[in-house]
Amino acid sequence: MPDLHPWELPRRYDVVVVGGGPAGMAAAVGACEGGAERVLMVDREHEAGGILQQCIHHGFGLHHFKEELTGPGYAQRYLEQVLEHDIDVLTDAYVLDVDASRSVSVLSGRYGRTSVDAGAVVLAMGARERTREAIRIPGTRPSGVMTAGFAQKLVNVAGYLPGKRVAILGSGDIGLIMARRLVLEGVEVVGVFELMPHANGLTRNVVQCLHDFDIPLHLSTTVVRIHGSERVEKVTVAPVDEALRPRMHEAWDVDCDTLLVSIGLIPDNELARTLGVRLDPVTTGPVVSSTMETSRDGIFACGNTVHIHDLVDWVSQESRLAGEGAGAYASGRRQAHDNVRLVPGTNVRSCVPHTITTEREHTVYLRVTQSLAPCTLRLGDVYERPLRYVVPGEMVTVKVRPRFLESFHGGALRVDVVPREEAGRE
Amino acid sequence: MRFDVAIVGAGVVGCAIARELTRYRLTVALCEREVEVGLGTSKANSGIIHGGHRAPDGTLKAATEWRGNQLWSDMARDLPFGFARIGDLTVAFDDDDVAYLQRLLEQGLRRGVTGLEMWDAERLRREEPNLSEDIVAALHAPSSGVVNPYEACFALAESAVRNGLELRTETTVTGIERGADGFAITTDRGTLHARFVVNAAGVFGDELARMVGAEEAGLRFRKGEEYLLDKRLVGFVTRVTFPCPSPTSKGILVTPTYDGTLMVGPTATWSEADDLTTTAAGAEEVFDGARRLAPGISERDCIAEFAGVRAVAADEDFAIGHTRVPGFLNVIGIQSPGLTAAPAIALDVIDLLAEAGLALEVRDDFVPTIDAPLRFAELDPDEQARAVRGDPRFGRIACRCELVTEGEVLDAIARGARTMDGVKFRTRAGMGRCQGGFCAWRCLRLLASSQDVDVSAITKRGGRSWIALPRRDDHAATEVEHA
Ligand SMILES: Cc1cc2nc3c(=O)[nH]c(=O)nc-3n(C[C@H](O)[C@H](O)[C@H](O)COP(=O)(O)OP(=O)(O)OC[C@H]3O[C@@H](n4cnc5c(N)ncnc54)[C@H](O)[C@@H]3O)c2cc1C
Ligand SMILES: Cc1cc2nc3c(=O)[nH]c(=O)nc-3n(C[C@H](O)[C@H](O)[C@H](O)COP(=O)(O)OP(=O)(O)OC[C@H]3O[C@@H](n4cnc5c(N)ncnc54)[C@H](O)[C@@H]3O)c2cc1C
Repeated sequence: MPDLHPWELPRRYDVVVVGGGPAGMAAAVGACEGGAERVLMVDREHEAGGILQQCIHHGFGLHHFKEELTGPGYAQRYLEQVLEHDIDVLTDAYVLDVDASRSVSVLSGRYGRTSVDAGAVVLAMGARERTREAIRIPGTRPSGVMTAGFAQKLVNVAGYLPGKRVAILGSGDIGLIMARRLVLEGVEVVGVFELMPHANGLTRNVVQCLHDFDIPLHLSTTVVRIHGSERVEKVTVAPVDEALRPRMHEAWDVDCDTLLVSIGLIPDNELARTLGVRLDPVTTGPVVSSTMETSRDGIFACGNTVHIHDLVDWVSQESRLAGEGAGAYASGRRQAHDNVRLVPGTNVRSCVPHTITTEREHTVYLRVTQSLAPCTLRLGDVYERPLRYVVPGEMVTVKVRPRFLESFHGGALRVDVVPREEAGRE
Repeated sequence: MRFDVAIVGAGVVGCAIARELTRYRLTVALCEREVEVGLGTSKANSGIIHGGHRAPDGTLKAATEWRGNQLWSDMARDLPFGFARIGDLTVAFDDDDVAYLQRLLEQGLRRGVTGLEMWDAERLRREEPNLSEDIVAALHAPSSGVVNPYEACFALAESAVRNGLELRTETTVTGIERGADGFAITTDRGTLHARFVVNAAGVFGDELARMVGAEEAGLRFRKGEEYLLDKRLVGFVTRVTFPCPSPTSKGILVTPTYDGTLMVGPTATWSEADDLTTTAAGAEEVFDGARRLAPGISERDCIAEFAGVRAVAADEDFAIGHTRVPGFLNVIGIQSPGLTAAPAIALDVIDLLAEAGLALEVRDDFVPTIDAPLRFAELDPDEQARAVRGDPRFGRIACRCELVTEGEVLDAIARGARTMDGVKFRTRAGMGRCQGGFCAWRCLRLLASSQDVDVSAITKRGGRSWIALPRRDDHAATEVEHA
């Protein structure tokens, strides 16, 4: 990657983007397109690209570029666009703080501790993994218990192996992809244990990463104890009842030297929290408008820092919008006022964005609580449409066009995903 | 080489004794089986410097608790470790509890503990609004404090080494024999000779005494589980909060650690000496107990957990003193409040050694202080800017949750950190929300490159606690290495 660092860091930018993952890169490009002239993108890693840099598997960009790329391949495509747009890229630099007047404090070995003023800010810090501690697995605390993402970094970036015999707790996408990666590396993967009765990752990953490699997936099963004083020696697993309580008398031991934990991601929302933007208690990311603006003027957010995506294509799409919004804001152009508030209803865990307008077309991203097939999506009592299936592990994207909401005059709009028959009955 | 004194066990007790001894013209060795000091019980406790009023009358515990409490201020003045006198509260839910508080108050006054004060419910609500509404009264002890216990051990050992201590880590004592002019101490790394031996081996205290034929303390082991909560709850409770003990349990405390985050625990169950497991039952007991004191606490806020083991003598008191083997001292059975008492115990041990014939000649070149490591997160923005200008490594973040820079990690390594835990307990890197998800790789790399070894040679805390293996081509080699 060429050295993109400006020789001297200007004091003021139209838009500062925090984070240079797919979300940050798309937002930076979007900001230019939205009218910003001076755009800075900051990332704490040596190079931009975010989590994509460690995802050397294929499966990125099917929607966006209409071809199947690796993570770094997808990142490269976007980085080229960033370069074309004359965006200042500052890597190896950590954003310590963003305040309400949009002063951004940056720490870097190169510039020391400085701050830049921004016309608008886009938060694109991505997510962090939930750890063993988040679910409190009893037992000892030996080495060899690690998140799947850390193992991914060890293998794909650093060229090391996490162990020789690996058990995986949780069926998140990273865990599934790591199961396959490790088998290809000659490591024995003894099984994937999932608390819920359904897999958490994409169906295609369950098939391509587990079934194709004969790796057992134990649903409704969890790790109840970790053994080993120095290194993991084994784990005890047990099936769970409907209330997700382990049935200890049916527990069994699994020999392994490593336990990968793949129990989901949570938005990295530290900066949003200290800024005091409103957070959605379900996604734990900021509440955003149809232009991805948070509850604080001129502060936008996109990508995994808002809600967890399983496909990078949607990250790019939503983030370009955030960038355009920030660019427009910095150039003093008014934003459309949202008049519809989306309210998660039956079988809907979360909706992003949280508000939309009846004037433009929007993409709304939903997460459901339960698998259903076939089913019906309903927007209040003004619109409904059939869906083939929904599963909690896959985000549902819905295009909402102005004509769907012709008979709606604004206010709260309930979003439900219900079984096909139930919808038919009404 | 023949030492004047050899200490076995580098917990807080062994480290405090070692540092006291380096004030005199003596040759002193400290043997520790672990890869670094302070990794035994001294790392895994509540970190409370008790107020001085709690230990039962007539015990060695009572004789050292208040003196130890006072000595922590001197230590904290000279050495860099987290210590703050935040005060503690013992809270009463009913009349029996109130009577207990009254007895505790009187006991404290008899011992000269300063500042003790009874608070009524209204005062308590004003001071600690998040404690339970059911509390009717509280005894406030402003003398009580909290310490980062591992930092104290690191600092004590570093200071002692600076003053000439011979510190031998990864050295397990396997046999002790008394000869004509002192002891031959066999370890897995050769033999040492010393005129006096101090047994500060924690849960292995009896084992060590047995090696040389000295009295044992009838040690049994009582495990305690502790749970650390997310920084969301910083400030929720600002003083160490104790319930009144019940006949069956000493009770679960809410402790604001030195860093401000809350810790809840400990349990107390009989266990094996090496049982460091946490359990579902333990978690339940701890969170039930904590909620009784502060109902806003939830297990959902837990970010880390650990267990420590107390070495409990048959009579429940400390076993400190001469043994039937002249020159061999026991300092064992040091359960709670052992951390509090450690600096007083160290002074008592010096007196005991003198009694046994050790000549104490004060050195005039003893240096009581060591340089404080830079804590980037605690600097104001201007100081941070200056730090980075002085050394760009302070401009690179290693741990984002606790805002630890690469410069701090490298400094910790320069001060003796060899393992991931060594770095973590010195710098806090990996202690926050993400529990190392972000910083582990950076710390691994820094540890490996500064010791000029491969990443696969770095461990979590010594022994077989390896973290990563070389790729398959090198499997054969590692098979041997990690067998
Ligand atoms: C293991 C894994 C496998 C995946 N597989 C696929 C797949 O096959 N197909 C697919 O389409 N999608 C996949 N995804 C999803 C997709 O990669 C993510 O949704 C996407 O990377 C999220 O983009 P982001 O920019 O929001 O976050 P990230 O990629 O995490 O980027 C955030 C960036 O912000 C930086 N940052 C954070 N805080 C700061 C700060 N304070 N200062 C400076 N910089 C900061 C970080 O260093 C990082 O570079 C996968 C994700 C993972 C984790
Ligand atoms: C859960 C819990 C909470 C507590 N809370 C508090 C509190 O809040 N306040 C308080 O004052 N006290 C508290 N305590 C008590 C306090 O932690 C102990 O009293 C203190 O740490 C004991 O220190 P030590 O040096 O005797 O033992 P250790 O720290 O265990 O040190 C002994 C050392 O000897 C080494 N060793 C053993 N055998 C050998 C050998 N053969 N060769 C070489 N080395 C050897 C071990 O590796 C170990 O490092 C608590 C204890 C527990 C378990």
